[in-house]
Amino acid sequence: MTDDELIWRIAGGSGDGIDSTSQNFAKALMRSGLNVFTHRHYPSRIRGGHTYVEIRAADEEVKSRGDNYNFLLALGDSFARNPQEEAYYGNEEIKPLTENLDELREGGVIIYDSGLLDTDEIPDFDERVEANNWHVFDLDLRGLAKEYGREIMRNTAGIGATCAIIGLDLDVVEELMTNAMPEKILEPNLEILRESYEDVKENYDTDVGVTVPDSEHEEEPVLISGSHGIAYGAMDEGCRFIAGYPMTPWTDVFTIMTQHLPDLGGISEQVEDEIAAAALAIGASHAGAKAMSGSSGGGFALMSEPLGLAEITETPLVLVESMRAGPSTGMPTKPEQGDLEHVLYTSQGDSNRVVFAPGDARESYVQTRKAFELAYNYQIPSIILYDQKLSGGHETVPESVFDKEPNPDIGSVVTEEDIEEGERLAGRFKRYRYDGEDGVSPRSLPGQKGGNYLASGNEHNEAGHISEDPDNRVTQMDRRMSKLDAIRDELDEMDKSHQTVYGDEDADYAILNFGSTKGAVEEAVDMLNDDGHSVKAMNVSDMLPFPKGEVNSFLEDVDEALVVEMNATAQFRRHIQGETGRHGDKLYSLLKYDGNPFEPTDIVDGFEARLDGSAEPAHNTRIESATGD
Amino acid sequence: MSVFNAIDEERDIDVNEFTPSLEPQATWCPGCGDFGVLKALKQAMPEVGRTPDETLLVTGIGCSGKLSSYFQSYGFHSIHGRSLPVARAAKLANPDLEVIAAGGDGDGYGIGGNHFMHTARENHDMTYIVFDNEIFGLTKGQTSPTSPKGHKSKTQPHGSAKSPIRPLSLALTSGASYVARTAAVNPNQAKEILAEAMAHDGFAHVDFLTQCPTWNKDAKQYVPYIDVQDSDDYDFDVRDRREAAEAMHEAEDALYEGKVLTGRFYIDDERPSYQQEKQATGDMPETPLAERYFDDDYEWERSYDLLDRHK
Ligand SMILES: Cc1ncc(C[n+]2csc(CCOP(=O)(O)OP(=O)(O)O)c2C)c(N)n1
Ligand code: SF4
Repeated sequence: MTDDELIWRIAGGSGDGIDSTSQNFAKALMRSGLNVFTHRHYPSRIRGGHTYVEIRAADEEVKSRGDNYNFLLALGDSFARNPQEEAYYGNEEIKPLTENLDELREGGVIIYDSGLLDTDEIPDFDERVEANNWHVFDLDLRGLAKEYGREIMRNTAGIGATCAIIGLDLDVVEELMTNAMPEKILEPNLEILRESYEDVKENYDTDVGVTVPDSEHEEEPVLISGSHGIAYGAMDEGCRFIAGYPMTPWTDVFTIMTQHLPDLGGISEQVEDEIAAAALAIGASHAGAKAMSGSSGGGFALMSEPLGLAEITETPLVLVESMRAGPSTGMPTKPEQGDLEHVLYTSQGDSNRVVFAPGDARESYVQTRKAFELAYNYQIPSIILYDQKLSGGHETVPESVFDKEPNPDIGSVVTEEDIEEGERLAGRFKRYRYDGEDGVSPRSLPGQKGGNYLASGNEHNEAGHISEDPDNRVTQMDRRMSKLDAIRDELDEMDKSHQTVYGDEDADYAILNFGSTKGAVEEAVDMLNDDGHSVKAMNVSDMLPFPKGEVNSFLEDVDEALVVEMNATAQFRRHIQGETGRHGDKLYSLLKYDGNPFEPTDIVDGFEARLDGSAEPAHNTRIESATGD
Repeated sequence: MSVFNAIDEERDIDVNEFTPSLEPQATWCPGCGDFGVLKALKQAMPEVGRTPDETLLVTGIGCSGKLSSYFQSYGFHSIHGRSLPVARAAKLANPDLEVIAAGGDGDGYGIGGNHFMHTARENHDMTYIVFDNEIFGLTKGQTSPTSPKGHKSKTQPHGSAKSPIRPLSLALTSGASYVARTAAVNPNQAKEILAEAMAHDGFAHVDFLTQCPTWNKDAKQYVPYIDVQDSDDYDFDVRDRREAAEAMHEAEDALYEGKVLTGRFYIDDERPSYQQEKQATGDMPETPLAERYFDDDYEWERSYDLLDRHK
């Protein structure tokens, strides 16, 4: 955490256009040379309710939303002003202020819409302003918006005022608005923007110490979410078929792909349920297309049986699981990492699948490409496991990360000559014949001459005929299971491993984590090392096959390791212990499952509480030893 | 060059091509109606003009699901109730394939009922054969969605309180563009109907009455059937939805009164298939998706061209 950063929060009600406004503003910051990270907080309702988007921007790399924030743009809640709603929900108008003040840093800035909010209604507002040295701008954003257009445009007025205070060039914002807005509303918006900017510049003291640093990108960046990373990774890898059923937060990937697939010559299918969705992906893949499906918790539970079907028929399949807080429908719009074991082990029989858990938007892209490659080369399902936080949060990623050739290769498919020369059994092509080292048998595709065989969810012999012969069973099981060893070897040999190690290599203490906690952990490591501790962190992405060797050597020389994860039962810690068979005496867990992601200070506090008791574990976090106290 | 050469082939096709050269021992009970479906399907294939390699047969789970083991073609023996979603995606990915889905009444009308409704509604160009023996065969004789009211089984010892499902009406109201019923005891009609169903562009549903001598002693198939088209008593326009609906209701009532009516109940040749509808909205490529991965000249559009919108 540095002071040389802007963490801008726009707060109001769902349906107030906060999303689109903040998207544009985040881009404006990025175009001004800053690194950007966005975080979206919203309740599970369509309109009204307290919601905010936070944008963190700095010269240096930003990896998490950071701790607290320093600029609040508080809009009213248009929905709450509906008289009926007001009666039911109480006076929500002041919520954009009251709900957000606790996390505003000392010396921070508040812009509030005096056309909608009345600070007199917040009993201790003035005292708190004074005590925290906050700079308050009371602007009639609504009035200005109404004057030039419609009151919903008060967002734009807020952006104009923000730019005046932080010293951001209006040109950048104007250009973005011009590209993004339909003509009809563009002109009034531009007027509101300029008017509000001028008003603040002329009538207020803007020298309040919250500014954006001067910055320049070394490499041209783009602003994308983890969901974009997955969708673009899939499409670059030649995925042209997606089937799905909406469920938050998986819907993001589904809609992004659906928006583009027809233009890329692909097919998207919204179907009747998730069992169908996974089964469609299997059908398309069986016929020779690169296909995917996905869901979140409950929807993924429905995919359990098709998942096993893909394993035993050896149909390449990629599934996405975007976790939200469970069990059951849990908290639809809140992140958690509680589905790890569900994804690792769900479906009957021994699990035979690849599971990657990318830690940020860049990794989402890279690992999705790899997941497809492995699924198709090894004829095995791959799952991308990530969560609500990574789903919707946007980050700046260098454009060069995407610069790879598209990959239409669908893995080992026989030619018709191969078929002619190949052996047959009871008239059928020996699709499940084993003659390689990696467990992979070349497949024929429906429509290939002479290649017909039976793909069966029942145990089968080489030609697919159903068989309960004990020796055949062992041969087929061993062959299928051996794929994971071959995949582990392949992953180990990759020049860039999916696991990232951060901090001092010879550190005494370690932190282990997976998925979207990556950024917060790395920032916590910096903070801890600045404070004189000796800490390193490993973000593990490969959940299956598990990188035992890498994790073992990472933990070899440390005194103790803290496993940071967002669930109540330490699923990842148990997975590490189960896979390595070691380290039980060294591992402690820091758990959080209140619906909010870890912030760097949560981790710092947890670490210090565990290490020497010099801190209390942060609110709603819990420390637990591997062996149990 | 396509890898799917089989599809371009035109030649005379022999019934025997659909029998695996070393036929696996069929595990169906002696006298099982499933043999009748297998035979009718094999005999229909030469009429349709499709080879085993051009054909994908997707089955569910049950005695009926084993059809794909004894029928020589590309086969996919999937999971209970889910043959339709697997089959329809294969058809979308490669529309040149002849795609058939098959399963039992439990499989198709029970656990897979939702898929039945939606596949019919979307009018996917494929044929769906439901082995309707009014019983769960493979799991040893439990009541099925088509078992008559009052039917006694181990799971309904006092007799089922449920009225049976009406498969023909259900198919029609869901949107199937071809609906027929045939019976294993009537091989000639069965063959004709299956051939017609496969030739039909759109979702063709065939409720195929099969006997299960092992678990269902009241097999109606021993009752003489009446072909609705040949009978003077039944005069309706098979292309008129309302008239068809009425005929179906009559047939469905009559079945439980011991009168077996079979034949074509509804044919809509006008309605475009799902694939055609989707192509019309620009949501579906003209050339088969599956071909693209083998076409060296195909230019793969790169999704990172989309990145401009993120700058
Ligand atoms: C998800 C699931 N539930 C239950 C079963 C067990 N099961 C196998 S076949 C079957 C019923 C088959 O009845 P039907 O579809 O009428 O086919 P038939 O055997 O009569 O041909 C059941 C319940 C299963 N395989 N999968
Ligand atoms: S149990 Fe019934 S349906 Fe199954 S094979 Fe035997 S007779 Fe046929």
